[in-house]
Amino acid sequence: MLTLQLALRSLRNRRLTTILTVMSIALSVSLLVGVETVRRGIRESFAGTIRGTDLIVGARGGSQQLLMSSVFGLGAPAGSVEWSTYERWARHPGVAWTIPISLGDSYYGYRVVGTTSAFFEHYHYRNDGNVTAAEGRLFEGERDVVIGIEVAKTRQLSIGSEIVLTHGLRGTGISDHEEHPFTVVGILARTSTPVDRSVFITLEGIEGMHEGMAPESPDGWTQPKFAPLQLPGADGASATPTAPAPPPMPGAAAPEGEGLATSADEHAGHAHKLTAFLLGTKARSASLMLQRQMNTDRVEPLTAILPAVALTELWHSIGYAEDGARIITGAVLIVGLLGMLVALYSTLQERRREMAILRSLGAGPGRIAALLVLESGLLAVVGAFVGLGLVYGLLGVGQGLAERHFGVYIPITPPGSLEWLYLGGVIVAGVLVGLVPAWRAYRNTLQDGLTIRL
Amino acid sequence: MSDRPAAIAIEDLVFGYRPGREVLRLDTLTVAAGDRVFLHGPSGSGKTTLLGLIAGVLTPTEGRVRILGQDLATLPSSQRDGYRGTHIGYLFQLFNLIPYLSVTENIALPCRLHAKRRARIGGGLDIASEAERLAVRLELGQFLTTPVTELSVGQQQRVAAARALIGAPELIIADEPTSALDTDLRDRFLELLFECCDEAKATLLFVSHDLALGTRFHRVLSLPTLNTAGGR
Ligand SMILES: Nc1ncnc2c1ncn2[C@@H]1O[C@H](COP(=O)(O)OP(=O)(O)OP(=O)(O)O)[C@@H](O)[C@H]1O
Ligand SMILES: [Mg+2]
Repeated sequence: MLTLQLALRSLRNRRLTTILTVMSIALSVSLLVGVETVRRGIRESFAGTIRGTDLIVGARGGSQQLLMSSVFGLGAPAGSVEWSTYERWARHPGVAWTIPISLGDSYYGYRVVGTTSAFFEHYHYRNDGNVTAAEGRLFEGERDVVIGIEVAKTRQLSIGSEIVLTHGLRGTGISDHEEHPFTVVGILARTSTPVDRSVFITLEGIEGMHEGMAPESPDGWTQPKFAPLQLPGADGASATPTAPAPPPMPGAAAPEGEGLATSADEHAGHAHKLTAFLLGTKARSASLMLQRQMNTDRVEPLTAILPAVALTELWHSIGYAEDGARIITGAVLIVGLLGMLVALYSTLQERRREMAILRSLGAGPGRIAALLVLESGLLAVVGAFVGLGLVYGLLGVGQGLAERHFGVYIPITPPGSLEWLYLGGVIVAGVLVGLVPAWRAYRNTLQDGLTIRL
Repeated sequence: MSDRPAAIAIEDLVFGYRPGREVLRLDTLTVAAGDRVFLHGPSGSGKTTLLGLIAGVLTPTEGRVRILGQDLATLPSSQRDGYRGTHIGYLFQLFNLIPYLSVTENIALPCRLHAKRRARIGGGLDIASEAERLAVRLELGQFLTTPVTELSVGQQQRVAAARALIGAPELIIADEPTSALDTDLRDRFLELLFECCDEAKATLLFVSHDLALGTRFHRVLSLPTLNTAGGR
């Protein structure tokens, strides 16, 4: 108790060094814990982006590419899927629902997702939430566009705004679909997923927009191909009995301009292609079997992935970057601890007098060593907790920024076992570092005896 | 007085910091309990070394040092530290105080370190009140909460004396505590120290190279005369 009091008083006496040392430890701890929290946050955020989807299906290609392009709006898809193939699988008895996705256009860098209302019905993200409209309504007609909250904010769009989409993913300009403007009918509630940074239109909208365009995209990336419409001016809502291969499902053909395409089969009359589709099974246990069937499909080569498995593969493949970050933060921590060592060690000479006094008062060399270990331990403990506080402070500020700019929602959770492990490790390391000056003080004490050295 | 064990009893003491280089060689040196002894010798004659041996900070190469009847060399080092803290009050020449503690905290330190010394505080006082009482006794009444770094040298030495006296240790050892004081201050300091030692019935071993002080002590010893190390 007395030793603790002496350690505290002595640290307070050297206020500036104490504060600097605590700060250097705090910074390294906050870096260590912060990197870990952000890493886990990104993982959770990614995992939370897609929930309840059992399979993601796209053209034959890499599973990472499919996952990234279809759900996270990153990179280009590998190819396209024939509408007939999609239809065939959508009717599979094991399949509960499907969400068709057609990509390839953009709006000021934001992805345009062509889909159906099935998206809003079946797409789930974190905590099994649905994507809903915060303002206005969901799309119905061919010219309707529903936009994510970030798109609305950055482009300052509101309900009723007219927008022109761009062919391809790059910028705006030569390949704008100027002849086919869309009207914002809804702004989606914040999801903290890439949905916030996306623009949603109907598949008919995609078709109408590409009407008359060359099937191959000009900028080289694989643009889903849209066959020329059989009925000029037709849209999904006006699918007529004249269309070949009438939908076999009951109640599929929506009559008189209701416009809401609730089932994929309503598009049966159109020969367009999709980029990918998301799929939910009736029984989750069937996912693996279905995946195998799709991956070995003879009619069209497909890649079907289980989102969770693909994510795990992704984390595995970027593991080295995480390891690199860990090594760097570890090195920063070592520098912080060395700073403390230097700070304590450099005071030893001027404290030799103090040690001799304590010795004359009957404090043993062990107690004097303990005093120094306690001081470094205190510095480490305070540094560790200040660092932890710093992490949460920065997270509080950074959370909103990360959400707005990257669509990554980093949850602020109480420190987990790994954080405590880090903190404990830092404190133990601090005490160990303190052993060096302590040992030196012990030696000095024995050597000096009651001689006061100046 | 004679039924009490000698405060210091040294027999056939040999000490050297390094093997083969003797600093001290004393046949006998006895200080009776309650004595006020002055030990003098020139710089480098081994005065501080002898005090280190008496305080149990140094261990004799040969011979025995008994303090209040206890041979310190036979105690394990932690008990030796405890024995020193409990029975000996030590005064340095200069810089006696822990810079980050207040006046009363400095004075109270020995009692906080050693339960036996705390137990010897008389008059039902707690440590803080006893520290305060001694501070006032040593004319430091108005400096109780002053940071010790703001005290004059003379004031610092009186704080150190109060710390050596608290909890009534049997033996007070002073290693040239007056060498930094001017004559007036030195005399006043000695007077106070003597009074307090008498009140506490403590033995005083006072070391200095300043022979002029010797007249005020019961006994005057010359270390170079006693010390036969190096053929002297
Ligand atoms: N820690 C040490 N290690 C080695 N030699 C030492 C040590 N301390 C003192 N000595 C040597 O022992 C001898 C006696 O030193 P000591 O400090 O006891 O002298 P002193 O009489 O107290 O002198 P002063 O009046 O200057 O304080 C000196 O020659 C000194 O060099
Ligand atoms: Mg000396």
